[in-house]
Amino acid sequence: MIPDLGKYAFAVLSSYGVTIVLLVVIVLASLRRARKVRVALDEIENRRGD
Amino acid sequence: MSLWEYANPVKFIRTTDKVLPWVWTLAGLCLVTGLVWGFFFTPNDFRQGSTVKIIYIHVPSALMAINAWLMMLVASLIWIVRRHHVSALAARAAAPVGAVMTVIALATGAFWGQPMWGTWWAWDPRLTSFLILFLFYLGYMALWEAIENDDTAADLTSILCLVGSVFAILSRYAVNFWNQGLHQGATLSLDKEENISDVFWFPLLVCMAGFVLLFIALVFLRTQTEIRARRTRALLSREGQA
Amino acid sequence: MRALLLRDLMLAIRAGGGFGLGLAFFLIVTVLVPFGVGPQTELLSRIAPGILWIGALLACLLSLDRILALDWEDGSLDLLATAPLPMEGIVTIKALAHWITTGLPLVLAAPVLGVLLSLPIPAYQWVVISLAVGTPALSVIGTFGAALTVGLKRGGLLMSLLVLPLYVPTLIFGAEVARRGAEGLTVQTPLLLLAGISFGVIALLPFASAAVLRINLR
Repeated sequence: MIPDLGKYAFAVLSSYGVTIVLLVVIVLASLRRARKVRVALDEIENRRGD
Repeated sequence: MSLWEYANPVKFIRTTDKVLPWVWTLAGLCLVTGLVWGFFFTPNDFRQGSTVKIIYIHVPSALMAINAWLMMLVASLIWIVRRHHVSALAARAAAPVGAVMTVIALATGAFWGQPMWGTWWAWDPRLTSFLILFLFYLGYMALWEAIENDDTAADLTSILCLVGSVFAILSRYAVNFWNQGLHQGATLSLDKEENISDVFWFPLLVCMAGFVLLFIALVFLRTQTEIRARRTRALLSREGQA
Repeated sequence: MRALLLRDLMLAIRAGGGFGLGLAFFLIVTVLVPFGVGPQTELLSRIAPGILWIGALLACLLSLDRILALDWEDGSLDLLATAPLPMEGIVTIKALAHWITTGLPLVLAAPVLGVLLSLPIPAYQWVVISLAVGTPALSVIGTFGAALTVGLKRGGLLMSLLVLPLYVPTLIFGAEVARRGAEGLTVQTPLLLLAGISFGVIALLPFASAAVLRINLR
């Protein structure tokens, strides 16, 4: 499946690897923090609503 | 209907909530299409071999590394002039994303440089100025984290962003003066003759769109988060006083 | 204004920190480098201008938090803010006092330390000149960093992170002047650019520092 990368396979594959890992990390980190903060805020607002 | 309506945090959250799924989907689509196209279906360059495939991430990430700082600069200016909180928080939200883009650009550059120039790193103007840009991102984020009062933090970081931009440009020229580099000139130019050929150009375009959209999605999401975090802090402190 | 300058100078001299520590640090850095890279005269003389510049820069950095932190702690900064003197003036005076107590001694000490690093003879004058032109910029930029972090506990480390990238252009041109001087090339271009940075920074950055300080005092 993977195209023939010749002798530069390491450079190309690791570039793609590093990029994808970093992008996934920042996206996941953002999503996780978003969820956490949203839950915390909801909790407080509910408490105030009571 | 003016742009400034989005300075209202509630309105901002409502609108971005509506837009976000679309931006995420589009960003994902563009990224997957561009990267798959670039990785599997483009020819190798006759001189650079398969390393030319790195261009599909190197160029867009470098582009976004600079544009993220520009966006922060504009947001900081808006905060200083019009004092819209959303603007300051958007600048804060963009910084980590920009820093990651800078790291990606540097890392892919190193992987590219290793076979092409025979070295992972060279003190070349472009590389060096990106490293300095990365340091600016670090300092900016550290300052945000360090200051407890939100308004003070917003004020100080936006001034740091302005001063930093001036010094970033200065550094760019200083570094240029200091060492002529290995890095080739601009890859993209409006002059059709000098541009890279269409085979590489179209997937690159899709990738750039993908990175831009991803950046927008991340900034929207992170700005929402910052708005909520700020409100949480405000409510907590009010409870503490009561 | 003169009273403030004199007061700062007196304080720095009496506390002993200003003159002494910066210089001692400069000396230590210069002495440590040969231990790190080996004692070959030829190698040392080639990197000597750069080392002198880096040493001066670090010595400058170390003494930065003294510019404002002490006045912040004992409240005299609040008093100064209510004084008829504009904040821009206060910041400029502070930077000037820092330069006189730190930058100037470094400039004077550089030739002496140059001997230790077997600096080539033609380089002496250029090292001194470039430091004399460049260190004011270091002080002014440093004052900006100090103003940014003045209210923070443990602000020192953060300040280094903020200030060092801002030092890059000054360092590049300053070290370039010294290097070209050492190799006997013409130094006009980098020297003019260095002077340009110094003057530009002195003219503009106090406004930013003053704005930052006002925010911090709010």
